[in-house]
Amino acid sequence: MAHTNDHYYVPHGSHWPIVASVALTVGVVGAANWFNGNASGQAILYLGLAMVAFMMFGWFGTVINESLKGMYNEQVDRSFRQGMMWFIFSEVMFFAAFFGALFYARVLSVPWLLGEDLSTHQTLWSAFGENWPTNGPGNVGGDFQTIGAWGIPAINTLLLLTSGVTITLSHWALKANDKGKTVLWLIATVALGSVFLGFQAYEYVHAYSDLNLTLESGIYGSTFFMLTGFHGMHVTLGTIMLIVITIRAAKGHFSPEQHFAFEGVAWYWHFVDVVWLGLFIFVYVL
Amino acid sequence: MSTATATHDDHHDHGPAKGLMRWVTTTNHKDIGTLYLLFALVMFFVGGAMAMVIRAELFQPGLQVVDPQFFNSMTTVHALVMIFGAVMPAFTGLANWLIPMMIGAPDMALPRMNNFSFWILPFAFSLLLSTFFMAGGGPAAGWTLYPPLSLQMGDGFPFMIFAIHLAGISSIMGSINIVVTILNMRAPGMTLMKMPLFVWTWLITAYLLIATMPVLAGAVTMLLTDKFAGTSFFSAAGGGDPVMYQHIFWFFGHPEVYILILPAFGIISAIVPTFARKPLFGYSSMVYATASIAFLSFIVWAHHMFTVGMPVVGELFFMYATMMIAVPTGVKVFNWVSTMWKGAMTFETPMLFAVGFIMMFTIGGFSGLMLAIAPADFQYHDTYFVVAHFHYVLVTGAIYSIMAATYYWLPKWTGNMYDEKLGKLHFWISTVSVNVLFFPQHFLGLAGMPRRIPDYSVQFTDWNVVSSIGGFVFGVSQLMFVWIIVKAIRGGEKASDQVWEGADGLEWTLPSPPPYHTFTEAPQVK
Repeated sequence: MAHTNDHYYVPHGSHWPIVASVALTVGVVGAANWFNGNASGQAILYLGLAMVAFMMFGWFGTVINESLKGMYNEQVDRSFRQGMMWFIFSEVMFFAAFFGALFYARVLSVPWLLGEDLSTHQTLWSAFGENWPTNGPGNVGGDFQTIGAWGIPAINTLLLLTSGVTITLSHWALKANDKGKTVLWLIATVALGSVFLGFQAYEYVHAYSDLNLTLESGIYGSTFFMLTGFHGMHVTLGTIMLIVITIRAAKGHFSPEQHFAFEGVAWYWHFVDVVWLGLFIFVYVL
Repeated sequence: MSTATATHDDHHDHGPAKGLMRWVTTTNHKDIGTLYLLFALVMFFVGGAMAMVIRAELFQPGLQVVDPQFFNSMTTVHALVMIFGAVMPAFTGLANWLIPMMIGAPDMALPRMNNFSFWILPFAFSLLLSTFFMAGGGPAAGWTLYPPLSLQMGDGFPFMIFAIHLAGISSIMGSINIVVTILNMRAPGMTLMKMPLFVWTWLITAYLLIATMPVLAGAVTMLLTDKFAGTSFFSAAGGGDPVMYQHIFWFFGHPEVYILILPAFGIISAIVPTFARKPLFGYSSMVYATASIAFLSFIVWAHHMFTVGMPVVGELFFMYATMMIAVPTGVKVFNWVSTMWKGAMTFETPMLFAVGFIMMFTIGGFSGLMLAIAPADFQYHDTYFVVAHFHYVLVTGAIYSIMAATYYWLPKWTGNMYDEKLGKLHFWISTVSVNVLFFPQHFLGLAGMPRRIPDYSVQFTDWNVVSSIGGFVFGVSQLMFVWIIVKAIRGGEKASDQVWEGADGLEWTLPSPPPYHTFTEAPQVK
């Protein structure tokens, strides 16, 4: 057996989970009130988000301290790894719902409206004749233009792919116990992620102000902004995680043998990278 | 490593903390299991009270007790509470209590996250139930939340959506914990094919949950943005499609059905061998059947939507795929029956509930097979036949298995035997009344009574009266269940370590009740 002789660390009593539950609840109560048009909603939402941030500092801080004290054996480390992998799998399935919506609209429902299904076409919208990209027979959100694949999106693809290389270089440096290079390549990864986000923000402004492509531009706008928006949120989160492990690497928290946090963040980063490739192909190119 | 950890106090024996904070901050799998089970019991009565309102309204034709909007919110929230608040947390509670003891682990793999998974739930359901006090009332579009109807809800709408998000986060974290515990925390010698079937079925259930809860989160997020952010996912005017919601929802919803029943299969597979005093017949075929059901559950979703408008090829594919599920399910039922064949059988309360499960779940399975036949479903769709079908699989299926499990493991948890006489009485009153409650609904459905309607045509009166009487008796008799549990917690005949003569497994090697921390030294499994 691969088990070490020492005991599996079972923490006793933690107040962070209940803080987390309260924080999440405050956040969603704020968001719900905001959606309902109550003036106080936004403030409550930000309070909830601040509480979530506070909780994460506290909870992760506790775990980092325990890790530094060497309380986690190999088996605990394996639990963390497996947990992270299943978490990423659940994230993949979250994106699958939105990709599913995109495929359903493009492959089935829009062609049906266009006449592939005669009765749908004739009884519902017989005048509708606009294939993808479309904002539907109601021209919801008004005429719009799309963003071409081979401008900023192609550059962004290169940026993310490169960042996948730099984080691997950082990992190799970490395994070779070269702290300087580890931190350097991490900083490069953070920089690439940030530039990606900058371009993405620019593209959104361009879409809204010049192309009249908005979240309200029918099914095209809905799928475009929800997919790229959720991906952007994940890149933002991934960048924050990268910054955290950059600081931790600089402080010498990781050893060549034990650096779960680094690997967890690296896996997450590769995951957002792969989702982007799916986006690039199915949202921009095709 | 070992030199560094030798100084820690994490494996010193100590009991639980004192007072209320013990339960709020606990990371102990037994405490958290208890919390889950108590929460599920409370929600069972909250959802049950709503069912009583439904049966009171349907006792007579015409609008009698509540207004239609409120009636619709009763059916909607009854389902949401029973599925996400009662059955799923009850199974998770059982998993928490039992899986570490069954596989010889010191606790769940991620104990802090375990606490988080539980404590989100009371908040999530407070949010859901709070919608009743908001302008527009509670959700009333059915638990499936089909747009555009569900988008017409009042101020409670975003609260309901976020309640589903929170409950989903809880489920996903709980499931990740269970998968990691099973894959990483087994005692030396406990190979996968030696695991008790309850552990196997939960491993596969947890996988289904991790795969599908995020899809539900995506679906309800699209509802949220369609209502508040101007997106057109489910609006044909913008090029979207309301039917698209149904596909995404049921891609979650059908695996969810198996999430609600696979752990029950595991429980029955533990109880039947004990009281038949024979090992389970066909262990490995049980494992493969569970995996097959899980696989098939991903490719049958549109059988919930036969009448919505789908290409004929789609209807046929989903019809045949659905009927294929009868094969692995049949394997299970035959295995349980074969286990009992020529066994030295006794019928203590857990066994009564298990045998009741096998018979009545099979009735629900067969009516499911009838519904799977697409042309026939055009007749049954959205009638009381469907209501009868899923209550046979969920009440006399899932909930019966939870009650069987409670009676079976309660002596282990509390150290006291429950009152056997009361337990048997609880079984017989429940079983008679639940059939009086649900069996006539088959007739009502075949005669054409639609579901989710507060009023009905007068020819449906007689069977509705019968059904309501059964419902009230079943509802009230569940108070017995609470009383039996309370009584066993407070005292009673002391239970031995093994509790049941034929019981087999690591949890029966521990004292009853087990100490606060068990298997801090991993046992050797041969």
